[in-house]
Order: sequence, then C-alpha cells, then structure tokens
Amino acid sequence: MRIAVASGKGGTGKTTVATSLALSLTSEVSGLPMSFAPALPLFLDCDVEAPNAHLFLKPTFERRQEVSLSIPHVDEAKCTHCGKCAEVCQYHAIAVLGKKVLVFPQLCHGCGSCTLICPEGAISEVPDVMGMLESGTADRGIHFARGVMNVGEPMATPIIRQLKKWAAPKPDQIVILDASPGTSCPVVESVRGADFLLLVTEPTPFGLHDLKLAAQVGRELNLPMGVVVNRDGIGDGGVDDFCETAGLPILMRIPFDRAIAEGIAQGQTLVEIRPEYLALFQKMFLQITERER
Amino acid sequence: MKIIITTVSPTIESEVDPRFGRGAHLLVIDPDTLEWQAHPNPGVTASGGAGIQAAQFVTEHKADAVISGDFGPHAFEALNAAGMPMYVFGSACTARDAIERFKAGQLEQVGAATREDCHHEGKA
Repeated sequence: MRIAVASGKGGTGKTTVATSLALSLTSEVSGLPMSFAPALPLFLDCDVEAPNAHLFLKPTFERRQEVSLSIPHVDEAKCTHCGKCAEVCQYHAIAVLGKKVLVFPQLCHGCGSCTLICPEGAISEVPDVMGMLESGTADRGIHFARGVMNVGEPMATPIIRQLKKWAAPKPDQIVILDASPGTSCPVVESVRGADFLLLVTEPTPFGLHDLKLAAQVGRELNLPMGVVVNRDGIGDGGVDDFCETAGLPILMRIPFDRAIAEGIAQGQTLVEIRPEYLALFQKMFLQITERER
Repeated sequence: MKIIITTVSPTIESEVDPRFGRGAHLLVIDPDTLEWQAHPNPGVTASGGAGIQAAQFVTEHKADAVISGDFGPHAFEALNAAGMPMYVFGSACTARDAIERFKAGQLEQVGAATREDCHHEGKA
C-alpha cells in the first residue's frame, strides 16, 4: 500500500500530515487486517529540492548512494560534426557548432539517443552526479529514505525515480511518499504508481486554486484521492464546495491552532503536539484502505 | 558578409527583439547590400535550450556576427565556442538602424553572458 501526499500549494501541511500518518502506523491500529499490520512503514521524502521530513522523524542515515545521469561524452577525434546527435536531442543538450560539439549537462535527460544515433561511435556515456540518496531508521522504527539534489542541478525527476527504486518496500510494507509542492514533473514522478493520493489543502482561494490543479494530476493518473483540510476555520467555504462537487472525500480537518504551529516550528510532529490525532490518523488510514478494497 | 539580428517581425524595418533564444525572428542581412531574409527562430517553441537552438541556426547559416539584446549563458557558451562575435543593439530601434550602427562600429561587442542562468526543467 503506497500513499502519496501532495498539495499543489506549498506550505499547506504535506509533511505535517505525512509524518504523523507514518507515526500513527507504528503503533497497533485496531481494526486493521493482519496483512497490513506487520512491517513498520517506509517513509520516502520525495521533495528532493528541499527535503524536510527528517527534521520531524529524525532518522539516522546508515546507507548512502550517489545519483547520477548518463550524459554524453564526445570523442573529438572520431567526430565528423555531422550534427545527427544535435538533431535527435529533444532537449538541445548537445550542439554541433561548426567544428565544435558542446554538451550541456544541465539540459540532458540521459535518454541515450545521441549515443545510439552517432554513426561514428564517437559518443560514450559518462555519469554526471546530481544528488544523493540516503536511508536509515527514524523515530519509532520508521524506515526512512530521502533524495537530496545537489545545489545548482535543475532536474529533480531522475533523483525521485531512483529514490523510489532504491528504497524498495518489503512486501506488505506501507509506504508514505511526501511529494514536493506544485504539479509539475517531480510531483508526477512522486505520486505515480501510488495506491492513494492524499491532497493536503487549506481553505483559502489560493489553497483551492492549487487543489484543483493537484486533483487534475491525480485524475489523469487514475489515482483514488482524498483531502485533508489543514488550518480549518480560516478562509472560506470554497474548498468544501469543490470537494463536494468533485466527489473528493474530506478525510480529516486540522484546525488553525497556534499551539500546533508553535510545536511544528520547534520540530514536533502533529501527533506529538496533539496525541489525540494518533487515533484520527489511524481512522483515516482505515478509511483509505477500505476504499481500496 | 552576413549578419543575423533577432527581430520582432520578419522585416528589416522591424524592432530588434531583445531576446536571443526566444526572439521571434532571425533576420539574415547582408550589411553591404542590405538584402535580407527572415526566418522564424527555431528556439521560440523549445521547452528548454532555446538559446542553443538559435545559436545552431546562426552557425549553420555561417553568419559573421549576431546582434541581439540578451544572450543567456547557454547561448553565449554555444556562440562563443563557434567563435561567433556577439553584439548588443543598444539604443538602435529597428534592424536597419542596428545594422547601420554595426557598420559604423557603434555597437558594443559582448564578452560574457548578459544574463544569469534561468534553470527551467523541461519535460522529464
């Protein structure tokens, strides 16, 4: 069971919800079928541009692996400057300019087309390091893994893709994926293949605007979805109206509460600040699994 | 001799388009006869690497120099590698005006990218 947490708008509480959901699954969940219960959950922080879940779940990293993309390297001695590599590249990451060939690593998606098409066999592939994958054990025995993109790298997607492959869950292990804000490629890569998409929003026009976009992504990927309304009590009724007409169930409401904000600012999780949420998260998890079956 | 200028519309009387990679048209001009030919900039529709595409166009057309307003880091690197002299149009209004000033040696040659990199993730 893989539950992805996304939002569209940034700062709505994705990590707040994802970390507390993971923590709630480390203690016994009454009413949970045995097949779901055995392993401690796996938490994947997919926001590789600005990972922050470690601040709350406090993992000790035990395993590390570099992430790289295979980028072209041109052997100038063999190159005839025919330009076929530049022609085939969809991202203009390789350019033939007169008698010079230039590779732009930051534009390269590592597809390998240039290597395949070169009639002279002048192109080989070399690894270009983009970031790091890290995993370890976090609070309450949660299995934790994250990707960290190197400063200056423009592409998060390959790191997320490799993170999901590298930190493979055990059979029946529940996976919580914390996505980045927005609805672009990194978010699509994070939520792709999930069994359920949990959308965290706030009841403001901005929250609603981005919730609509995020719900479109979920629909496009055919994901069952539910909504968590955070900072409930501010704003207007727009989110509620939208969820009703769009058939999106609101699975939880977290009130706009100064004590919660203060606790989170100090690195506490929601279930630590308000222990009664442990049962509420478990109940939400049961709703999600029932929806699945 | 052949000079390429980025222009807003496909004519020598057009304003100079200040963007190199995403300037609407590329005007190929013979500065002596003022004969010109307009081409759509292949970089305009690119999701990324627009400047590189435009630079390839300039190189393939064997231009002797290029005039625009703004050369991004990728475009600069590509044009520089090709040994292509780059000039900024300054206060010139039209392409005709820019080419006259170029001939009079009044345009400033560019020695570095005129803009910081804007990282934009293409379709992954």
